[in-house]
Amino acid sequence: MSAILIVEQVLNGLQFGVMLFLMAAGLTLIFGVMGLINLAHGSLYMIGAFIAATVAGLTGSFLLAVVAAMAAGAMAGALIEMTVIRRLYHTDHLDQVLATFALILIFSEGTRALFGSFPLYLDTPALLSGPVTLPGGIEYPRYRLALIAAGLAVALGLWLLIAKTRIGIQIRAGENDREMIAALGVDIRTLYTFVFALGAALAGLAGALVGAIQSVQVGMGEPVLILAFVVIVIGGIGSIKGAFVGALIVGLTDTLGGVFLPELFKLFMEPASATQIGASLSSMAIYLLMAAVLIWRPTGLFGVRT
Amino acid sequence: MTMKATLLLASMIALGSAASAETRIGMITTLSGGGASLGIDVRDGFLLALEQSGRDDIEMIIEDDERAPDVAVQLADRMIQAEDVDIMTGIIWSNLAMAVVPSVTAQDVFYLSPNAGPSQLAGRGCHPNYFNVAWQNDNLHEAAGAYANTAGYTNSFILAPNYPAGQDALSGYQRFYEGELAGELYTQLGQTDYAAEIAQIRASGADSVFFFLPGGMGISFLRQYADSGLDIPVIGPAFSFDQGILQAVGADALGVVNTSQWSPDLENEANVAFVSAFEEAYGRIPSLYASQGFDTANLILSALEVADPNDDPDAFREALRAADFASTRGEFTFGPNHHPIQDIYVREVVQDGEIFTNRLIGVALEDRGDAYADDCSM
Repeated sequence: MSAILIVEQVLNGLQFGVMLFLMAAGLTLIFGVMGLINLAHGSLYMIGAFIAATVAGLTGSFLLAVVAAMAAGAMAGALIEMTVIRRLYHTDHLDQVLATFALILIFSEGTRALFGSFPLYLDTPALLSGPVTLPGGIEYPRYRLALIAAGLAVALGLWLLIAKTRIGIQIRAGENDREMIAALGVDIRTLYTFVFALGAALAGLAGALVGAIQSVQVGMGEPVLILAFVVIVIGGIGSIKGAFVGALIVGLTDTLGGVFLPELFKLFMEPASATQIGASLSSMAIYLLMAAVLIWRPTGLFGVRT
Repeated sequence: MTMKATLLLASMIALGSAASAETRIGMITTLSGGGASLGIDVRDGFLLALEQSGRDDIEMIIEDDERAPDVAVQLADRMIQAEDVDIMTGIIWSNLAMAVVPSVTAQDVFYLSPNAGPSQLAGRGCHPNYFNVAWQNDNLHEAAGAYANTAGYTNSFILAPNYPAGQDALSGYQRFYEGELAGELYTQLGQTDYAAEIAQIRASGADSVFFFLPGGMGISFLRQYADSGLDIPVIGPAFSFDQGILQAVGADALGVVNTSQWSPDLENEANVAFVSAFEEAYGRIPSLYASQGFDTANLILSALEVADPNDDPDAFREALRAADFASTRGEFTFGPNHHPIQDIYVREVVQDGEIFTNRLIGVALEDRGDAYADDCSM
C-alpha cells in the first residue's frame, strides 16, 4: 500500500465528507431552529440534480445548471414549508416523520412522472473534467478537487452567515428561545421559511454537484439522507460546526474503512473471504462509530440537546 | 411512458377485465425506485408479446415490488391466494427471487423468471415448476472471463457488490478466466461513489478491469472511471450497458466490451421484428431486459397453445420445456434444470447518431448451459 494511494483515499474521503456536509448542514439547521425532522431533505437533493441535468441539457452551461439547482431547491423548500411543514411545528416528531415521508413518495413519483424511470445524464464541465497531477505524482480528478473547494467555501460562507450577520443572530436566537425571539418582534414565520429554503438550497446544490459524477435518478436522495442523519447525530443535532466535523469524520471513515479493513483482514485470512468480510464490516463502520460516539457523548460531539 | 405505451397498457387492462379470462398471469416486478427501468422494460416487452398474440383469454395482474423482498412476498401470497393466478413471472432481483420463488412453486403455481437466475435455484433448489427464460446469474460473467482469455488479459482487477448475485458474478468470471487477479473487491449494494475503488485499481497494476455493477451503480462507476484518467480496458456483463444506462453514461462507455445473450442487432427474424415493433410501440430501443420479457411471454403463449396450466399442468410443463417459440436470441433450448442453453455474445458500445447502443463483435461461449445443472435432481 503506497503513500500515493493513501493520500488519494484521504482526498476521496474529504470530498465525500464535504458533500455530506452540504446535506447535513440544511438538515441540522432545520432541526435546530424549528425542531423539525425533515425526511424529504433527500428529495430536495434529487430535485437539485434533476433540475441541473435539465438546465445543463438545455443551455450547455454547468454554472447555470448549478445556480438553477440551488434556486429550484430553495423554491421547492419554501413551497413545502409554507404548504405542509408549517402545520407540523407544534406536532410531535412522529407526525413530522409521517408527513415528510409522504413528501418523499410524492416527490419521487412526481419526478418519475415528469422525467421517466431512466437515469439522466449530467456532464462535468469541460474545464473541470479529466485528471490533474498533484505534487508527488498523484493523479486526481480535477472535478473532485473542485468539489472539495466548493464544499469548504460553502462551509465558510455558512459560518460567516451564522456568526457575523443579523439573520445569523436571529437563527441562533431561534434555536435557543423561540418565544423570546418572537416577543422581540422578529417575524418567526419568515425566519422559518428562510431557514428551510436555505437548507433546501444547500441540498439542491449538493445534488447538482454530485449529479455530475453519479447517476441522476429517482430515489438517489434517500441513501444520502441516511448518512446525513448519521452525520448530525455524531456532530450534535442543531450544530453547524458539529455537522462539518461529523461529515468529515463519516466521509473519511467510510472511504478509508472500505479500503483498509479488507487489507487488514488479509493479514490473517484467505484473500477471498477477507475481501468479503472486510467489505461487510466497512459498510457497518460508520454506524459502529455513531454508536461509540453516542455512548461517549449522548448529545453528539458538539450538541447541547439530547 | 409514451402515449402509445399508455394506451397499450390501458387496452391490456381493459382486455383483461372484459373477457372471461381463462389464464391468469401474475407479474411482480420493480416499477418504482432505483431499479425501475429494468422492471418497466420486462413488463413492456412482455405486454408487447401478448398484444401481438391477439389473445383475449389472458388476464394480467401487474404489481410493483418496490425492490423490497417483503413486499414481493406479500404480493405473491395475495396473487396466489386471492387472485388465483396460474403462472407468475416478473422478478428482477435475485434476493427477491429467493424470497418468492420457492414458495410459489411449492404451491403448484408455475414461475417463469424473466431475469433473476440465482445459483441456488439452478442447482439443489431447482423445481419442476420453475423455468428461467433469461440466464443463470453466472452466465454473462463466465462469458466475460472467456473473452478476457481471448483478448489476452492476464491480470484482471475484479469488483462487484457484496450480495448473492455479486458473489456469483466474481466466481462466474473466474470459472473460465485463466489469468491472475490484480485485486478483488466487494462494494456496497447501491454504492454511488467509486473513487476509493478506482484509486485501488490504479495502484494495482492491472491490465483489465471486470466489473458487475447493475443499474445506477454502473453509471456512476463508468463516469468516474473515465474522469479519473485511467485507461485500463474495462469488461463487464450487459447489465451495466443496457439501453437505458448507455444514454446516461454517454461517450464515456464508447468502445467498452460487454457480454450478453442478446443484442439489438442480432440477425434473426424474430429479433428484427421484435426490435422494430418495440420501437414502434414505446419509442425507444429495447434493452436485453425487454427482450427477456418478450421471450418469457412468447414461451408462455407457445405452451398455452398446447395445454392449459389448470387442466393439465403436466402437459403445460412439457410444452414449456420444449421451448417451441421464436426466441429473439435465435436458437434456444432448456437444460435439465430448466435454465437456458444458449450462445453468449460479445458486444461493443457504439454511437449511432445521437443514440448509444451495442453492436455484436463475436461469440464468447457457444451453447452454454450452467455450472449448477448437475446438482439439480428433478
